[in-house]
Amino acid sequence: MADIRNNFAGIKSPNPFWLASAPPTDKEYNVVRAYEAGWGGVVWKTLGEDGPPVVNVNGPRYGAIYGGDRRLLGLNNIELITDRPLQLNLQEIKRVKKSWPDRALIVSLMVPCEEDAWKTILPVVEETEADGIELNFGCPHGMSERGMGAAVGQVPEYIEMVTRWCKQTTSMPVIVKLTPNISDIRRPAEAAKSGGADAVSLINTINSITSVNLDTFSPEPSVDGKGSHGGYCGPAVKPIALSMVSEIARNEDTRGLPISGIGGITTWRDAAEFLALGAGNVQVCTAAMTYGFKIIDELTDGLNNWMDEAGHKTLDDVISRAVPNVTDWQYLNLNYIAKAVIDQDACIKCGRCYIACEDTSHQAITHMFDGERHFEIIDEECVGCNLCVSVCPVENCITMEPMAAGSVDPRTGKKVDPEYANWTQHVNNPSSPNFQSEPAE
Amino acid sequence: MSVNPLQNGIHAGRLSEQACDENFGDLHPPLNKHEARVEADRCYFCYDAPCMNACPTEIDIPLFIRQISTDNPLGSAKTIFDQNILGGMCARVCPTETLCEEVCVRETAEGKPVKIGELQRFATDVAMRENAQFYVRAPESGKKIAIIGAGPSGLACAHRLATYGHGVTIFEAREKPGGLNEYGIAAYKSIDGFAASEVAYVLSIGGIEIKHDQRLGDNCHLSQLAKDYDAVFIGAGLGGANALFDDDVTGLDDAIDFISDLRQSDDLSKLPIGRNVVVIGGGMTAIDAAVQAKLLGAEVVTLCYRRGKEAMNASEFEQDLATSKGVSIRHWLQPKSLVADGGKLSAIEMEYTTNVGGKFSGTGEIVILSADQVFSAIGQFFLPSIFDGSDDIPELQSGRIKTDDNCKTSLSNVWAGGDCVAGGDDLTVSAVADGRDAAENIHQTLTGGAA
Repeated sequence: MADIRNNFAGIKSPNPFWLASAPPTDKEYNVVRAYEAGWGGVVWKTLGEDGPPVVNVNGPRYGAIYGGDRRLLGLNNIELITDRPLQLNLQEIKRVKKSWPDRALIVSLMVPCEEDAWKTILPVVEETEADGIELNFGCPHGMSERGMGAAVGQVPEYIEMVTRWCKQTTSMPVIVKLTPNISDIRRPAEAAKSGGADAVSLINTINSITSVNLDTFSPEPSVDGKGSHGGYCGPAVKPIALSMVSEIARNEDTRGLPISGIGGITTWRDAAEFLALGAGNVQVCTAAMTYGFKIIDELTDGLNNWMDEAGHKTLDDVISRAVPNVTDWQYLNLNYIAKAVIDQDACIKCGRCYIACEDTSHQAITHMFDGERHFEIIDEECVGCNLCVSVCPVENCITMEPMAAGSVDPRTGKKVDPEYANWTQHVNNPSSPNFQSEPAE
Repeated sequence: MSVNPLQNGIHAGRLSEQACDENFGDLHPPLNKHEARVEADRCYFCYDAPCMNACPTEIDIPLFIRQISTDNPLGSAKTIFDQNILGGMCARVCPTETLCEEVCVRETAEGKPVKIGELQRFATDVAMRENAQFYVRAPESGKKIAIIGAGPSGLACAHRLATYGHGVTIFEAREKPGGLNEYGIAAYKSIDGFAASEVAYVLSIGGIEIKHDQRLGDNCHLSQLAKDYDAVFIGAGLGGANALFDDDVTGLDDAIDFISDLRQSDDLSKLPIGRNVVVIGGGMTAIDAAVQAKLLGAEVVTLCYRRGKEAMNASEFEQDLATSKGVSIRHWLQPKSLVADGGKLSAIEMEYTTNVGGKFSGTGEIVILSADQVFSAIGQFFLPSIFDGSDDIPELQSGRIKTDDNCKTSLSNVWAGGDCVAGGDDLTVSAVADGRDAAENIHQTLTGGAA
């Protein structure tokens, strides 16, 4: 068996799967159930400052979008931070940590953007002997209206300032949780690093309205006929999260900063992809909220089996392995030429590739041959765009096959050049040293 | 009035009324909304979809399924009705396994086609339950059309003509409209008076009058109708049933009559049925008779067909249905003679058959099957006597009415469709297509306008 023990910014856990700060980690009861199920760590639902707790709406807090058979693809929530008293949470955290010393227990925090507020709460959290803290600069709903959560996360200067206050006050590792509701995720990550953060975690949820009730014209989830944008999560946000994680992982100024990957992780494969793109571990929420804590069995077993089959002995063999392959568009090899190929034996003749290509792309697929429905790539027209592969319902029926160097691309009539060449060198690029004012093609 | 189920002879009450009701419940319980959405999600929305091309009425199946999946069942129903106004009945009786579902790409991919028939039923049920009306009759055209027969082709023809504002009179021989939908389909495929509800739904367009007890060649005549009306459409079906034996013996019955009696019965426990029933034939009528005999309480039902399984006209689904209900299907047996006792049937002598090198023959070996009732289901034929009393009669071909691509007969203002015309496949859905297409051509011919 592969070794999937995790050491994230000095915090150890038996596997790299933590439950993200969210409703599933609201109290002792849930967290103990999660540990019993086998979760490696938990980020306790965000604590606020001492005093009367926040209140939540008493109507719906969640909205959802579905795929076929009501498979939940995206979830939206407008729940705020913990609505339980600070002291109660702290007592439970202390008790749980003591009972489960081998599991990671991180405390998520969100207090007003004032030095005193942070310096007051940190010592009482440290007293619980939790393994670390996560600064919630990500919640996009409710708390952000009060100058906290995403309102901090959207201003790099604030991130840096608060992180520094925390690092000055506590010896616990400080993880800064980032909001995706920002144009360039590298800036807040850089700010966290400058402030001394031990790690970042991302993504928090995305501003969203899941749907509109067309009878009442209220956004969902609807509270007495009104809706407010909430935080979007679940499988639908995974691609956004992967990209943001990879940007921080490959950014010169943040390279090496541990990243806890969050965003739609539902299966072991999702987790492995986050690890490959630079995450040091992962946090899960929506999948647990959809299926319960038992999915941890599939997550750990699947990751283990894949690592065994692929010959990866530890998580370090996987982490960041894909990062060098993430590049800018301008460095992609323009001499790489691929053509779609349809496996006629696998083809079920639905015609989706044809109509997608015919209506919306390059008219590069046949529809009829000898009076029969027959779908085949027209190499003279195929630009290798991969749309047909994307819409084909049969896995591996259509594949993209690279053309061999030296062969002639029937679309352009040119030989496939074996040399790597990108846009920065292209004759059509005005910024290229090879620019020709009369375009070559 | 119950009898011992093991009593020989033909008796009512082999099963209780409750047991009969259970046996004759809906063959496929309707999909609920969630089931329909899940099933609809399986459709790939194929381009130039094979299912659509396999449907004799060319319903835009991918579109109507997509409309179900997007919670638009009325839009879906209209997509269906635009092509097939009897889409509700076709959803119940079409042999989808040899039409749309046979060519579904998911059949190709995984052997499990999208349940197109059940989805069609879902959408059309919603529309009929809500009495959603999609068609408005055009202003009166002043044209009058006579239609012979209120069966599937006649009704489809009438509806399409009515939308164009033409006045339609249907001449129907029987007491109720619907034709085979009312009299000729296994009861469990069309429960709760669906055939009658559907006719009422179709007629609600207005402009269609049905005259009952009108028998062509008897008390009404084609020549006269052709004179009195601007056009005539014949959808008379097949009037004759092939006879098995000439014997006058109690217990030898025609499957078509049995099916019809059963459909018209209010209390199935009062319908007599034999203990040992033998059905002769290999088509849908044979299956319907055999299954229903079993469901009525016959102890042993044997369906005998003179060729092999692959030659049976009944689809594989229907054959499986029959065996699942307890019918025993025996191939390579042909009827030889009846054995009667005091004028009552007691057995049937069957001869084994063979087909060697394309030469079909009896082998001379005999098996005797106990039978207090034998149903003959060996095919129907067109009765040319419907043209009795007419001067001009349409040209026939292979014993049925000859028509062109527009369902036009050899007579100048007479069209025909459904089972009574040559070259068809004797399916409800094809009859609907004929009626609809004939209506389009009649409209075009009478108005000179585009269809």
